[in-house]
Amino acid sequence: MAFGTTSSSHKSKKLAQSAAFFIFRLLSFSVVAILLVILGFILVQGISVISWEFLTEMPREGMTEGGIFPALVGTLCLVAGSMLFAFPIGILSGIYIHEYAKDSWFKRFVKLMTNNLAGVPSIVFGLFGMTLFVNQFGFGDSILAGSLTLGLLALPVVIRTTEESLKSIDDSFRIGSLALGATKWQTVSRVVLPMAFPNIITGLILSIGRVSGETAPILFTVAAYFLPKLPTSIFDQVMALPYHLYVISTSGTDIEASRAMAYGTAFVLILIVLLANLLANWLRRYFGKKVKMN
Amino acid sequence: MNSVETKDVHLYYGDFHALKGITMAMKKNQVTAFIGPSGCGKSTYLRCFNRMNDLIDGVKIEGDILIDGVDIYKTNIQVDDLRKHVGMVFQKPNPFPKSIFENVAYGLRVNGTKDKRFIEERVERSLKQAALWDEVKDKLKKSAFELSGGQQQRLCIARALAIEPSVVLMDEPTSALDPLSTAKTEELIHQLKEEYTIVIVTHNMQQAGRVSDYTAFFYLGELVEYAKTKTLFTNPKDQRTQNYITGRFG
Repeated sequence: MAFGTTSSSHKSKKLAQSAAFFIFRLLSFSVVAILLVILGFILVQGISVISWEFLTEMPREGMTEGGIFPALVGTLCLVAGSMLFAFPIGILSGIYIHEYAKDSWFKRFVKLMTNNLAGVPSIVFGLFGMTLFVNQFGFGDSILAGSLTLGLLALPVVIRTTEESLKSIDDSFRIGSLALGATKWQTVSRVVLPMAFPNIITGLILSIGRVSGETAPILFTVAAYFLPKLPTSIFDQVMALPYHLYVISTSGTDIEASRAMAYGTAFVLILIVLLANLLANWLRRYFGKKVKMN
Repeated sequence: MNSVETKDVHLYYGDFHALKGITMAMKKNQVTAFIGPSGCGKSTYLRCFNRMNDLIDGVKIEGDILIDGVDIYKTNIQVDDLRKHVGMVFQKPNPFPKSIFENVAYGLRVNGTKDKRFIEERVERSLKQAALWDEVKDKLKKSAFELSGGQQQRLCIARALAIEPSVVLMDEPTSALDPLSTAKTEELIHQLKEEYTIVIVTHNMQQAGRVSDYTAFFYLGELVEYAKTKTLFTNPKDQRTQNYITGRFG
C-alpha cells in the first residue's frame, strides 16, 4: 500500500473515531440541555410573579399572595452566619493539613474524617444540629443554631477546596522560597497562599451556593413555617427560601393557589446560586491577574 | 581555602543507600562541577549543603558537612540562617508570581530587612551581578512571568545573590534553557566566582569543561574521581570516569 492512498482499515479507524466523538459531543450537549430545560421551565412558570414587590414584601393570604422578603433575608442571614463559622475553621484546617501536617496516621485520619463528613446526608446534620445546638446548647430554633449546622455541612467542602487549591501550587515555589531562608510560615503566607487564593475564593463561593439551597439541616434548627417579620437577633427564627419552597409546594394553605409563588421562589433560589457562580468566576480572574503583579 | 568540606557523608532514602561515604572539599571562589549519570547522587549530595534534603520524609544523613568551617548538621544551626549563607538556583526557573523587583527583594524581606533604600540598592546590584539589569531596569514593577526563560533563570540567580550568600549551589541551571541563554548563564557563572564559591551539577560534560575549575565524577552514590577539570577530562585515572567522559555510558 503506497503512502497517501486510503486503505479500508484507515477508513474504519476514522469511522470509529467519528462515531465516538459524536457520542461524546451528544452527551455533553445533553447535559447542557437538561440544565437549560430546568432553568427555562422554572423561568416560564415563575416569571409572572417576579417583581420588585415579590422580593420586598411579606407573604400574605396564607402565602398565596405577597412576596418572599423574610425568606430571602433569612437565607442571606444563614449563608452569612454559616460562612462566618466555616471559612476560618475550614481554611485554616486545609492549610494545616496540606502545608504543615507530616504524612502520619493522624493526617490520614483527619483527611478520612473530612471525606466522611462530606458524605454524611444533610438530614443527619439537621438532627445533629437540633440535638447539639438547639437543645444541648440551648440556642433554640435560631439563626445561630441554623448557621452552625449549615456551617458544619460546608466545612468539609471548604477544607477540601483549600487543600486542592494548595495542592495545585507547584512545589518549586515552596522550595525556592525556603532556599532563600524563608520560614515555612513566610513561604505559606507570602508565596503559596497568594497563589492559591483565586482558587480558594472560587471554592468558597461555590460552597455558598450549596449552603443556600440546603433544606434538611435548617428544618429542625431554624426554619419557620410562616413568620412575616424580620429577625432582630441571632436567636430569632427565620423563614428560608428552600424551606419556604417546600412549604408552599407541599403543605401550604392552598397549594394550587401558591403554585406560581413556588416557581418564583425556585427562580430566585437558582438565581442566587448562578450569581454566586458568576461572582466566583469573576473573582478568580480578577485575583488571578493581581497575584502575578504583586 | 575550603568553602565546603564533607567527611564520610552517607545518605539514605529509607532503605536506599544514595550516598556512600563522600569525602571532598570545594575551594573558595572556584567553580566545582558535579557530573555523572542520572541517579548517581550528585544532586542529592548538592542538596545536603543547604539542607534541602530535610524537606524529604525518611532521609537520614551521616557524616560531617562543614560550610566555611561550621558543621551545618549540628543541632544549634538555624536552617534559615544556613540557607542565607548558601544560596541555590534550580533546574527550572522558579520566579515567584510577583514583580521583578519583589522577586529579588524577597530574600531580604523574609530575613527582616525593612530599609527601603537598602533594598533598592541591593536589588539593583544583584540584577547587575546577574547581568539582567539593563534588560529589566525600566520594568521592575512588571510581573516576573513576562520574562523569557533565560531571563527568569538570571532573575533567580539575582534573587539568590541578593542575600549575599558565600556559596551558590546550582542544580542543572541551564537544562531548561535554549543555547543562547545557556551561553549567557555560563558566562555569568564565570564572573560570579570572583565573589562566590560555586558548586554546579550538570548533565552536560561540555558545560562542566567550560565553566568549572574542578570536576567531580559521581557514580552509583560514590565519588569516583575528583580533580582539576582539565586533568579529569584529559587524563582520568579511573576506568569508569574514562568510560563516562568518552560517552561509553551515560
